[in-house]
Amino acid sequence: MAVNLGYREYFKSDAMPLMWCSGCGNGIILRAITESLSDLQLPPHQVVVSTGIGCWGKADDYMKTHAFHGSHGRALAFGTGIKLGNPDLHVIALMGDGDALAIGGNHFIHAARRNMDVTAIISNNFNYGMTGGQYSPTTPLSSKTTTSPMGVAEPGFDVCALSEICGANYVARTTAYHVTQMKKFITAALQKKGFSVVEVINTCPTHFGKRNIPGDTASMMKHLKDTTVSKTRYDKLNDEEKHNYMVTGELVNRQRPDFLNVYKGYKPGDPEAAGGEGQK
Amino acid sequence: MNKTKNEVRIIIDEAICKRCGFCIEFCNARVFEADKDGLPLVKNLDDCTNCRLCELRCPDFAVQVEAVDNE
Repeated sequence: MAVNLGYREYFKSDAMPLMWCSGCGNGIILRAITESLSDLQLPPHQVVVSTGIGCWGKADDYMKTHAFHGSHGRALAFGTGIKLGNPDLHVIALMGDGDALAIGGNHFIHAARRNMDVTAIISNNFNYGMTGGQYSPTTPLSSKTTTSPMGVAEPGFDVCALSEICGANYVARTTAYHVTQMKKFITAALQKKGFSVVEVINTCPTHFGKRNIPGDTASMMKHLKDTTVSKTRYDKLNDEEKHNYMVTGELVNRQRPDFLNVYKGYKPGDPEAAGGEGQK
Repeated sequence: MNKTKNEVRIIIDEAICKRCGFCIEFCNARVFEADKDGLPLVKNLDDCTNCRLCELRCPDFAVQVEAVDNE
């Protein structure tokens, strides 16, 4: 008997209100994930959400799927183990920018290199929100944070470029403003075999937004809309204009063999049996 | 069949709404207005196109757009 699973079958309504600040986009991403799971009609008992620490790491508290709340930065390490032990499960790793790229930076690049069949959904708010707004590996050059009141002197990571070069099969960037696009990318990432990354540019009205974007919470959300362009439009901009915008869209979609397939077919000394070419 | 007005109902959960103002600001049909506390009030329901973006864009799952069965 087919039962239609609505988004509320994946969302723990009795845990509301959500712990995030007013105007934080994490709830929007959570909604998009539950909507995507509902679109795909994945049974909640076949989905595992693996999280680390941070504001976005609390998202598993609000999901009715299986959840593994691990230590800081290790969402992908635990996710890898869960997937290897139970290859039939859908594993989603929820990480913030600090969790994924600073504390868990090595896990991130190696999960992409191995092409583990895990979906990473990264909420990038450009700072460590939970601990008080310190600058993170994605904080853009010269942005003000609590630990860089004069402006940070380091350039930030491009999460999507890093994922691409490390070997992820699916890489997309969207923002908390672009809700329908976000849902589309998350749905595609969940269906993709191999490592898939959806980077969601988010607001942090309490810390990063307050110091770098003038206006109220709605202005910060509008800022996401104003500072991002689609890949087609971005390619037409000149170098100076490109500096002011972030590109959104599906940036990588390829078919490298994922780790489990390579592992199952692996014969020592025969790279062909492992699915051929390997990287790219 | 003509489309009758008010075929949608918008429910705002006042207890869990955090007054971020996204639904008010980003509604293309300008359905909502803020009260003095910032709580969205449904003012122009007749203009609602049932696009449900306010529902998707609410970070606190506080907005619900429901189709009303007129028959």
